Amino acid sequence: MNALYAALAVAALLVIVSLGVAGANLEFVFGVVVPYAAVALFLVGFSYRIFKWAGSAVPFRITTTCGQQKSLAFIKNDNLDNPHNLMGVLGRMALEVLFFRSLFRNTKAKLKEDEGLVYGRDKWLWAGAIGFHWSFLIVLLRHLRFFTEPIPTFVLSLQSLDGFFKIGVPVAYFTGLILLASVTYLFLRRVVIPQLSHISLVADYFPLFLIMAIAASGILMRHFYKVDVVAVKELTMSLVSLQPAIPEGIGFPFFAHLFFVSALFAYFPLSKLMHLGGVFLSPTRNLANNSRMRRHVNPWNYDVKTHTYEEYEDEFREVMKNAGLPLEKAD
Amino acid sequence: MSDHIAKPEELSKIDYRPGDVVWMDRRVEFRKGTYSYGSNPDSVKYLELPYARKFNPADEDWQLPENWKEIIHEGLKDRLKKYRSLQVFMDICVRCGACADKCHFFLGSGDPKNMPVLRAELLRSVYRNDFTAAGKLLGKLAGGRELTPEVIKEWFYYFYQCTECRRCSVFCPYGIDTAEITMMGRELLHLLGIGIDWVTTPASNCFRTGNHLGILPHGFKDSVDFAVDDLEDLTGVRVEAPVNKKGAEVLFVVPSADYFAEPHYYGFLGYMALFHEVGLDYTFSTYASEGGNFGLFHSSDMMKRLNAKIYAEAKRLGVKWIIGGECGHMWRVLHQYMDTMNGPADFLEEPVSPITGTKFENAKSTKMVHICEFTADLIHNGKIKLDPSRNDHWKVTFHDSCNTARGMGILEEPRYILRNVCNFFHEMPENTIKEQTFCCGSGSGLGNDENLEARMRGGFPRASAVRYVHDKHDVNLLCCICAIDKATLPTLMNYWVPGVEVGALHELVANALVMEGESRTTDLRQQPFANQEEKEDA
Repeated sequence: MNALYAALAVAALLVIVSLGVAGANLEFVFGVVVPYAAVALFLVGFSYRIFKWAGSAVPFRITTTCGQQKSLAFIKNDNLDNPHNLMGVLGRMALEVLFFRSLFRNTKAKLKEDEGLVYGRDKWLWAGAIGFHWSFLIVLLRHLRFFTEPIPTFVLSLQSLDGFFKIGVPVAYFTGLILLASVTYLFLRRVVIPQLSHISLVADYFPLFLIMAIAASGILMRHFYKVDVVAVKELTMSLVSLQPAIPEGIGFPFFAHLFFVSALFAYFPLSKLMHLGGVFLSPTRNLANNSRMRRHVNPWNYDVKTHTYEEYEDEFREVMKNAGLPLEKAD
Repeated sequence: MSDHIAKPEELSKIDYRPGDVVWMDRRVEFRKGTYSYGSNPDSVKYLELPYARKFNPADEDWQLPENWKEIIHEGLKDRLKKYRSLQVFMDICVRCGACADKCHFFLGSGDPKNMPVLRAELLRSVYRNDFTAAGKLLGKLAGGRELTPEVIKEWFYYFYQCTECRRCSVFCPYGIDTAEITMMGRELLHLLGIGIDWVTTPASNCFRTGNHLGILPHGFKDSVDFAVDDLEDLTGVRVEAPVNKKGAEVLFVVPSADYFAEPHYYGFLGYMALFHEVGLDYTFSTYASEGGNFGLFHSSDMMKRLNAKIYAEAKRLGVKWIIGGECGHMWRVLHQYMDTMNGPADFLEEPVSPITGTKFENAKSTKMVHICEFTADLIHNGKIKLDPSRNDHWKVTFHDSCNTARGMGILEEPRYILRNVCNFFHEMPENTIKEQTFCCGSGSGLGNDENLEARMRGGFPRASAVRYVHDKHDVNLLCCICAIDKATLPTLMNYWVPGVEVGALHELVANALVMEGESRTTDLRQQPFANQEEKEDA
């Protein structure tokens, strides 16, 4: 049901852009106003969320330790999984952010009648996630060719590397296909695995469908319903130079693609996609496990009512005396 | 033991399919054996906490205070500001499901709300509804739901079916730690006077008498004196075990079960034998006679109120530094919270072992050293004489406690000690030890009798792994460094893997320890040493 709502929402987006561009000729609205608004919402929303998180205190150093602590000299500290200093933390975060180390640990539990619970490796989710995020990043970087003149060398090399197999005219990009395949996998597992479909919200399906629509519209207009690439670049350059103008004859698929992308940008700060920023701020990962070495200060620390030794001795003086325990005050 | 529990064959038939009912529409059911009793109002009053009342979770009407909704709303708002962990964890979960089959309660029960992700969603759905733009506008469509008394009951049931073990947090790509969510959930419930007695009453005892069991000062002194006599009977060596002694070098703090319950007690004897043998100048304290801290399972304030005694007592007695005994959640507090809450401990000295001269650099701020660090250092420097063959009657496996493994990382110290004090040590499968260790199923205040079925279910993954080494290597001792483990694993083993005993690490240390002037033929449990049997046979 939740998947259906999400699919309907993406379909509604398609209807809106169809009516707007193909029906009402609102090219300027969909080619200029919407993208500007989306980027503005993204920047403001993203910063707002980050500042809001940063405004919450970190009272305690609650590192989740996944390896040997630093203690005695003859016991080797696992500084990447249980960092005790900044270097370790940076290493741990780099592994987490770039290679999804925690997800790489994933296991799958199975209940067997004779053996009880057994655990197997399960790298599928990790592979799907890595494929998805890295290909998305490369696709995004490739798109810099529409926003720069001259095009930086790294973008060009990325592009030729990505089209290495030279299949099709124009060449098909490897990453576009991986993106579509991995996002499809991430969707299918939500539907097929019963526990996952049980926990999945509309907000879990919607971005998947939206990204599918973005990838599909991108691939379609590159290979099947070709658009005027020169005109597209004219438009995108006019957008970055803040002198927006709509050239003639770009073709509808481009506007659909752009609208989906705008929707993603606008939706981003409101959604779970903010894990992009949040992963850097997770206190169980970004703090060193050195709370016994260096004192961590809680900004809102306040005094609490305790039962002092004096009160304790007053209450128990008689029995303490009889047991021969030393006292602060004799009577 | 509770009278209503199914046989292991029945309990191990677990259905992991969540069923078709949408989780928000499924009412919580308080089934006997799967929840803990509500707090005794006297304990709540003693701790000066709000809304003390007699409270049975199975009741229809929970007598919530009139403005309960407002209390929860304000409480949540306050905590979102005070804890970045909560704020970020509310916002960034993508529900990838990696945590789902990592929770021992889910693996043992198949209840979908025991998947860490869904446990967090119980709170997150209310957060979304009340605190996010999408939730306010779209409500249920955005995954939000209204706070109702039914939700409060559900929070109670599932936040007391989480042992705050943090295993899910190891596997989460963003490190989302359900322990944080559970801790916040429990704090919110306490604002309405809702808690469980197995947490509140020990906390109130500890506040008054210095330990969870409510043992009075003379009772503590008696226990220590009794242990000294016992140890003399067992080893022929008379040790000194000072209590409340001013000017000792070290204050030694243990969880109270160590001097009161079995098999903890053998470990307690073990510490005393070891300290005597190396001539450590130490003292126990009656006022700080508890290292364990049930405040951790209650609220941040309670944790701080109970923990404050340790530094206060160290200061009063004028010791130089502190050693802490074998305990899991006690060490989470000492390691990750104590210095921040009740420090700085600038009246103490940076810990240095008087026997080896080793500086415990990793504890230079808190000034508190784990007994395993202390002992491993002694062994490494050859300061004690050990005869591991005295433990040959034990085929040992080691259970990492959740808190020392995932909230500290003390993994190799106990293993190093084990390899030196016994000859037969077999690890459980790799996905069940070290940072991936499984909880005993009874931590965080859930180790009470009325909750037995939930405990046996929660402990099922741990028991499964023990059964593996029991079958394969004849393992007959599950060694651990946690008081809750020692209290609850024997029941778990009896139920799932009969024939496996539970023991303390320092029990094995003392068995192997060759003491000056000793005359002994049995281990601390009065079982003849294995090598002794051979001698007799010859």
